[in-house]
Amino acid sequence: MDNLGLLWEGLQAAASPMNLLYAAVGVLLGTFVGVLPGIGPAMAIALLLPVTYGLGPTQAFIMFAGLYYGGMYGGSTTSILLNTPGESASVMTALEGNLMARAGRAAQALATAAVGSFVAGTIGTLLVALFAPALADVAVEIGAPSYFALMVLALVMTTTVLGASPLRGFLALFVGLTIGLVGLDLNTGQPRLTLGITQLVDRLDIVVVAVGIFALGEALWVAAHLRRKPAQVIPVGQPWLGREDLRRSWKPWLRGTAYGFPFGALPAGGAELPTFLSYVTERRLTRRGRKDGGEFGRGAIEGVAGPEAANNASAAGMLVPMLALGLPVTATASVMLSALQGYGIQPGPQLMTEHADLVWTLLASLLLGNLLLLVLNLPLAPLWAKLLRIPRPQLYAGILFFACLGAYATNLDPFDIALLLGFGLLGMAMRRFGLPVLPLILGVILGPLMETKLREALTISGGDPAGLVDEPLAVAIYVVLLLVLLGRPLLVRWRSRAEAAVAVDGADGAVGADAARAEGTDRAGVLAGTPGTTETEGTKGAGR
Amino acid sequence: MSTQVDSPETAPATQPAPRPDRAQYGLAAVLLVVGLYTIYDATTLEAGFADPVGPRVFPLAIGAGLAVTAVLLAVAAARGSRPQPEAGEDVDLSGGTDWPTVLKLVAVILLTIATVNLLGWAISGAILFAGAAWALGSRTLVRDVIVGLVLAVGSWYGFVVGLGIPLTPGVLDGIL
Repeated sequence: MDNLGLLWEGLQAAASPMNLLYAAVGVLLGTFVGVLPGIGPAMAIALLLPVTYGLGPTQAFIMFAGLYYGGMYGGSTTSILLNTPGESASVMTALEGNLMARAGRAAQALATAAVGSFVAGTIGTLLVALFAPALADVAVEIGAPSYFALMVLALVMTTTVLGASPLRGFLALFVGLTIGLVGLDLNTGQPRLTLGITQLVDRLDIVVVAVGIFALGEALWVAAHLRRKPAQVIPVGQPWLGREDLRRSWKPWLRGTAYGFPFGALPAGGAELPTFLSYVTERRLTRRGRKDGGEFGRGAIEGVAGPEAANNASAAGMLVPMLALGLPVTATASVMLSALQGYGIQPGPQLMTEHADLVWTLLASLLLGNLLLLVLNLPLAPLWAKLLRIPRPQLYAGILFFACLGAYATNLDPFDIALLLGFGLLGMAMRRFGLPVLPLILGVILGPLMETKLREALTISGGDPAGLVDEPLAVAIYVVLLLVLLGRPLLVRWRSRAEAAVAVDGADGAVGADAARAEGTDRAGVLAGTPGTTETEGTKGAGR
Repeated sequence: MSTQVDSPETAPATQPAPRPDRAQYGLAAVLLVVGLYTIYDATTLEAGFADPVGPRVFPLAIGAGLAVTAVLLAVAAARGSRPQPEAGEDVDLSGGTDWPTVLKLVAVILLTIATVNLLGWAISGAILFAGAAWALGSRTLVRDVIVGLVLAVGSWYGFVVGLGIPLTPGVLDGIL
């Protein structure tokens, strides 16, 4: 009850007319940027961070909340209307969503995505309000050795569980940790890896790193491989849900929420796994007791409602470790945490206790932003769809423009644009060489924090490495870590089998014999967020 | 450990004679150099007082980790491991890399870096937008310049008046 009381206070703080305006601006900007092809939520927030520089922390948080859910919703609009998801979390939405759109049901697909996001986001945010404070109470007791262990767990899990190649994950992680080293050593005040450049002594601005890797890196990568034929956009009318669609949607929404929230809270790659599980579940449930196999593979609304809810619920779940432990587990969370650092708020277990008012305002704003999203975006959907027709040269020129503006506005120093360019080229190289972005950005953010905790832990133990396993919790975390590493081959095998099954079913069994052979490539494709093979097969099956 | 976990992904049996991706050796070499430099840089630091870990341990570990994974990448590349380049909405991976476009974009950004303090954001930003659009293949130069000016001047006022962040006015000081 106490939590709800605090949430109510947060709502009152957030609900002033001026703050509602900020939330609305955030939602609109977030959706606007999220709809643009090639921009995921993390990149949307990174690009829009500079907008919040001049605001106080409360207003900035309210705007973040809008940006966050707006960016997510914009992303799903793109994947439904273009059939080319920009991020791995939207892969499953795109599968059935685009088939629905082609069958002339784009309006219903967008509506079930919007309402499903609202339902899942609201339930998820309320769950955060219930769980995070309890966890934060425990978190304050967590000592340096355990916190260090937690960070190791988060880094290793995001590096190995995600992605097709753990080796490339670790490479990205070490590059990120190296970037995190640049600047003054906090204890002794000696510069490290600064190459004698004064601007680097002050540590790299995380906004510049994030915008460079996410936005500029993506823009340069796309520029190097620009599709000369524009993608086909499916026209959309006013989104609405009929009684029948609603009846078919509400259970998938709730089931998707149930999958999404717990996975979002774990450092297991955010929404990728729960959206997949939700898709598989809905498909199995709709097929039960039907001879024709239901609508799956031809645009089933359940296949949009479930994964979309799972996606948003996991976005809320991600807030639990972020707010309670100060531990980001997704790219979006890392960018948001880095934004907090801009306000002098240090990530870590004290976040919730020391900045309780801010946290509750953020949670309340998330609820409000979610509602605004529904109210504003259902009527605006046809307008957003028009954005997909922006000519690509102007679109990517715009991304470049705002990326440079953001970097320049951090310190008003052209040197930051040069840094941005450097990180943009790095981001492009990472996309070329299949290095995942998330381990790098987590490494940049968690690296300095890990070093602090490591030194704290070993100072307490007088330099004895046994100090790292001094606490029972730390030992338990290392055991979990070991189990994850040992269990990974099993997980990989199970997933490749399940995903091959999706590919086979999507093609209605037509390519069944090929599927076993194609398994290896399919898995790599889906894991990297590029469902190329799976999708073309699915489309073929539908046209048959 | 990494190579062992990595082995199912290489799966040479299922792919007919993959061409080795030689560019990966270049990446491995660069990262190896960065790792070794990190180690060297760490050795130049002096230990602090009452600090059993000191400023060296962490960079030494990271540098060593980076160097080792870079070598492992070279080994994996030699054994035929190929990266999975990132796909996307506007990405067409069937062709090669369009280096001229990338170089033009880099040149446009370098121009922005060189001129922003002199010309101010309103002008430099407009050049950035129009130049980038041109580099990406747009041939509606007049329209792009107008859009760029609107964006740049609008963002200048937005930041200076709306957010209180004093972007440089440059040569337009007093006019804006």
